[in-house]
Amino acid sequence: MSDEALTSNLVHSQEHEFNNIASTRLFGFWIYVMSDCILFASLFATYAVLGHNYAGGPTGKQLFDLKGVIAETTCLLVSSFTYGLAVLAMFRKSKNGVIGWLALTFVLGASFVGLELNEFSHLIAEGNGPQRSAFLSSFFTLVGTHGAHVSTGLIWMAVLIGQVMKKGITQNTSTRILLLSLFWHFLDIVWICLFTIVYLMGVL
Amino acid sequence: MKETEAKVVDAPHGTPRIYLTGFVLSIILTAIPFTLVMTNTLPIGWLIATIVVLAVVQIIVHLVAFLHLNASSEQSWNLTAFSYTLVILIVLVGASLWIMFHLNYNMMIGG
Repeated sequence: MSDEALTSNLVHSQEHEFNNIASTRLFGFWIYVMSDCILFASLFATYAVLGHNYAGGPTGKQLFDLKGVIAETTCLLVSSFTYGLAVLAMFRKSKNGVIGWLALTFVLGASFVGLELNEFSHLIAEGNGPQRSAFLSSFFTLVGTHGAHVSTGLIWMAVLIGQVMKKGITQNTSTRILLLSLFWHFLDIVWICLFTIVYLMGVL
Repeated sequence: MKETEAKVVDAPHGTPRIYLTGFVLSIILTAIPFTLVMTNTLPIGWLIATIVVLAVVQIIVHLVAFLHLNASSEQSWNLTAFSYTLVILIVLVGASLWIMFHLNYNMMIGG
């Protein structure tokens, strides 16, 4: 009788225990994301205080190109959606689906970082680097910190794609996919604040 | 039981419909402020108010559709942590601006 029942019981309790660990990890990571939120809030406050101190240098209106910002925003918004599709593929246990959607998300995220680096290098080449004025210092710190977060997310995503390729959709890789999804969607929310406060209000 | 056959993590997750709705809404909520600013049709005060409101709505859409934040019991601690963060955030940004505004005001010499 009990051998089978015992095994099934054991598997169930292991599953249960694992789900507890997974939800603890998710909650822990959520706390991290919240603390990151406070980091960005400090940088936004700094930008709000210093953003009009041009030191005789160029203003946001003269520097920002909204077409580039639209391209960056599109990359991030679509990448948030494709990451969602990767999570759905994970729940369907479609390994190829996860790899495909994560790869597409990676390409979109990398395009975003590429566009941002392009913008930064143009600004610096024209002498409008972070040392030009308090406005540009706070601009580079705020936007650069977001860009650094996205780049870190990309490294994480590349490692995760490798792990899914090698190990498939296991409980561990699934948890990691969900953790990165929190991070990725959070960065998208920060970008909403960024394009509204820095770019849209900057060109007014 | 092979690990690949094990049940995947039990976590709140959306449906294709929720993701698609969130995506379409966020595209619309991004397109409107960019169009308004680039065509410059509204008076500046209204323009700023509109883009701020649209950004807040878009953040809520993202929280609900992509981060699956809701008032259910398994999400209650996430929501608690989020509410606490929101308070800190408002104090941090609001108070910084308040203090710095008054500092600038008080430092103005002769006007």
